Amino acid sequence: MSDTSSVSRPERGRGIGTLAELRSIVTLPVELGMRLFDPPMRWVQRMIGARRMAYVFLLPNFVFFGLFVFLPIGINIVFSVTGGTALFPSQRPYVGSDQFAYLFDCGSYLDPATCREDHFWRAVANTVKFVVLQVTAMVLLSLVTALVLNMRIRGRGFFRAVYFFPVLLSPVVVALIWKWILQRDGLLNAAITTLGGQKIIFFVDPSWAMFWAVFVSVWAHMGFYTLILLAGLQAIPADLYEAAEMDATPRWRVLTHITLPLLWPNMIVVIVLALIKGAQTFDEVFVLTGGGPGTATLMVVQYIYETGFSSQVQNFGLAAAASVVLGIVLFVLTLLQFAAARRKEI
Amino acid sequence: MRLASLLGQRRNGPGRPLHWTDIAAYAYLALGVVLMFGPVLWLVLSSFKTQSALLEFPPSLLPFAQVEVTVPGQPQKLPLFRTNLPDGSVRELAQVRRIGLVAQMVDPADPAKQFRVAIDKREPVRRVAFATENYSEPLQRFAFLRFLFNSVFVTVVATLITLLINSMAAYALAVYAFPGKQTATLAVIGTLMIPMTIILVPVYLVVTELGLANSLWAVILPGAATPTGVFLLRQYMLTLPKDLIEAARMDKASEWQIYWRIVMPLTLPALAVLAIFSIMWRWNEFLWPLAVLTKTEVYTLQIALNAFQGELQTQWHYLLAMTVVTLAPVALVFVFLQRFITTGIGSTGMK
Amino acid sequence: MAELKLTSARKSFGSIDVLHGIDLAVRDGEFVVFVGPSGCGKSTLLRLIAGLENVTSGEIHIDGERVTHLPASERGLAMVFQSYALYPHMSVRKNMGFALENMGLKPAEIEARVARAAAMLRLTDYLDRKPKALSGGQRQRVAIGRAIVRDPKIFLFDEPLSNLDAELRVATRKELASLHAGLGGTMIYVTHDQVEAMTLADRIVVLNAGRIEQVGTPLELYNRPANAFVAGFIGSPRMNFLPAVVVSDDGTLRLTVGEVEVALPRPASGLAAGASVTLGIRPEHIEIAPGDGMLAAKIDLLEQLGGETFVYATAPGLPQITLRQDGQSHFHRGDAVAIRFAPDHLHIFDAAGAALARP
Repeated sequence: MSDTSSVSRPERGRGIGTLAELRSIVTLPVELGMRLFDPPMRWVQRMIGARRMAYVFLLPNFVFFGLFVFLPIGINIVFSVTGGTALFPSQRPYVGSDQFAYLFDCGSYLDPATCREDHFWRAVANTVKFVVLQVTAMVLLSLVTALVLNMRIRGRGFFRAVYFFPVLLSPVVVALIWKWILQRDGLLNAAITTLGGQKIIFFVDPSWAMFWAVFVSVWAHMGFYTLILLAGLQAIPADLYEAAEMDATPRWRVLTHITLPLLWPNMIVVIVLALIKGAQTFDEVFVLTGGGPGTATLMVVQYIYETGFSSQVQNFGLAAAASVVLGIVLFVLTLLQFAAARRKEI
Repeated sequence: MRLASLLGQRRNGPGRPLHWTDIAAYAYLALGVVLMFGPVLWLVLSSFKTQSALLEFPPSLLPFAQVEVTVPGQPQKLPLFRTNLPDGSVRELAQVRRIGLVAQMVDPADPAKQFRVAIDKREPVRRVAFATENYSEPLQRFAFLRFLFNSVFVTVVATLITLLINSMAAYALAVYAFPGKQTATLAVIGTLMIPMTIILVPVYLVVTELGLANSLWAVILPGAATPTGVFLLRQYMLTLPKDLIEAARMDKASEWQIYWRIVMPLTLPALAVLAIFSIMWRWNEFLWPLAVLTKTEVYTLQIALNAFQGELQTQWHYLLAMTVVTLAPVALVFVFLQRFITTGIGSTGMK
Repeated sequence: MAELKLTSARKSFGSIDVLHGIDLAVRDGEFVVFVGPSGCGKSTLLRLIAGLENVTSGEIHIDGERVTHLPASERGLAMVFQSYALYPHMSVRKNMGFALENMGLKPAEIEARVARAAAMLRLTDYLDRKPKALSGGQRQRVAIGRAIVRDPKIFLFDEPLSNLDAELRVATRKELASLHAGLGGTMIYVTHDQVEAMTLADRIVVLNAGRIEQVGTPLELYNRPANAFVAGFIGSPRMNFLPAVVVSDDGTLRLTVGEVEVALPRPASGLAAGASVTLGIRPEHIEIAPGDGMLAAKIDLLEQLGGETFVYATAPGLPQITLRQDGQSHFHRGDAVAIRFAPDHLHIFDAAGAALARP
């Protein structure tokens, strides 16, 4: 194919030479994809007919789905009803609902200390606390930011970028940035002592640790939710605002009677999305606090990871059972999300 | 560039008075700039400080280092101090050695002349200096290039695989009518609901059984088929005119050719969005590599950083520099593609 | 160049029958136009021939070879789409050469063929442009060029002129006619515009509700429509249809039309007295009689076009009648006139719409 393209391209001045070379670098993989895949695919097409080629195109993606999603779901369920330390399912003795019974064996669900697997319940309690605080702060802050960014202000693109860019940072980087600021001799303590206060060692205090876990995760992700809300705000027809202006509506009434009601569907999407992501929180908090002090910021996913991979005795069964519980919660939340998305379309 | 547009734009137009909410809005945004940009800027500035400068409290804003000078007759470079001499004059002298509370100093301009000065009578002369050794030393000391290569390899290969197999599946779902299409579409939606976090253990088993444990392929393969990507591309391909595909069929194109030569070039905008997302996902991925990579030589940057933050607690200067390197590609991508990314997320609602 | 034969070709989408058994033979080198109102199945028929849809039952032969289940890419046909379907990411040259590359032709041969087609279609200066940098007419010519370079067995056109403005449509129509004269290939052309059908076709196939109403040369259809549908569809302005009742049919057909009785000498065709028929008469076959005519009518409206005039008139008990006069008319709105039908050009349709044999 490449030879035909060179023939069909008329000769131009020498200055274009490098451009043409650049072009050939771009078209090379394209031609490679033709030469490499077309002959076998043509053969397959002759064998099975053009209409059945759909299955051939679906195949690779679904092999991956099968190996790394569908099969693992099955294995996860098998793991959760078997015991022992073996990794291969057939070597694991069947224990029925023992893993779940063990997880749920509690004197009082309100007090993790009374549970046999108190780590799990501490993690659940922490995650619930974290999610409630984080989602509240996230939704409020991103709403305010979106409203401000939707005003007729100068440099809107710049400010939008400012709020958005942490979304792209890796959780490890985010955690390290803040760890550096919050450390004993860090910038924040310098500011506190300059103002006459005492140094605070944040990560030995459970309340401070939780506060900063929430703060950092809001810092990192609020740009994403702001963008969704901003898109929702910009979808509100401008003539509604013009009509309100003609009716001499005060600004706050425009907000409460036009903007917020029309933004509500997007708000639901944001809330549910934040819940789903929040329940799976792991990396930033893990790098920032390590789950500590003690278990003060231990999250459910960290519990699963540590139970399955990094504790002395790798307890795959217990980790899988906890995964199933988390999976059910996420499933319910996802159904909520679809319901919200559908409502948004109507 | 952005700043220029910030100053140049006049959204309010002349004559429109500023409402108090406008002022509040600008105040809020200014605070936002400090809170969002400040920490990253602080990280970058800190990463150029020497180890001793990092230990200072309160920390200085810019990276400073004590000036050292070469003095004739002295074998080593000597640190420079601003010194109050007993005669009341202030001179910049180099310190030869320090004995107890007294320092033996020399004038760099006149090496024959020596002074004895009490150490509380002198102050180090400091200049802004970037400790680039924070960046160059880890390259030799911690196989840093290895981690960088691993991360680049994982990101590039995984993104290529994702683009290929996702677009193939999307093409099948968008262009053909075939028995089982509904089921396949539902399966993709179903996959959307299964995050990696809840199938960590069994995927680990699958990867181990495939003999991939502790190889980069263990990180690349499990996440290669993304339901989000299939959906995004399918939606885009559905907007292509059906006539084009039929015209290609009339032109004797094979089905692969229609996919590769007609549909793919026309899907480039959506492919670009997916490519950027995939690069971000892969470069930043943490939990799965953390679970599956246990040997240092296959660590990606993220895992290496996490490991070092445990080991190098006292060596923040290296850690900060490595963090900056990890952050840099993402920052570059963002600077060039900011508008593209934000509108992409705004219109697809995915991350 | 090739001939095409369809044998009881049926197509249904689910439970909806779109084509109810089409039998048709297209001769080598013929220009055949499928015409009919929208939804009549003409485009589906074309797509069956192209191989873009599968027949539900029936057979398709090209040059005597059965191609019923051959995919589009293997039938050796070329198609010009209504939307042109130009590949937006390829230059004109690439667009025209794409099929040739697929056929595995040598680059030099491709270049030569593209150049020849481009010269024929006055596209030589535009070969390196992308489709979006072309005007509508140029895009249209590229689409045609893409078909020409292939030297296909049959050219298929799916309403190719419907996206052009009126002036360009007439120009391109003439170009297509001369192209056919020059290339001599077998062409099948779908349109809803009967003027295109009349001007381009060797033979016209009139389709309605998934059935062929009539096949014939343009003038056959015009002069001897097989039924009221074809009579009404071909010809502009439309043929007048006047309801009538048979009085007697015994060598002279006597009919009551409106409030008058008309006598037409013609062989008996077995119509019973009292049967309802429809009288069909084209506007140019009605004249305003200087003395007394068949019907007394009043002029509602005149359309003076300069070279010809359309007169709309009503007679008691009848729908509005359209008649055409050569040149300019001296009548006015509201004038009472006597009108007369040319008896040789009267069409009579029975209650089911079928035309009675004409003398």
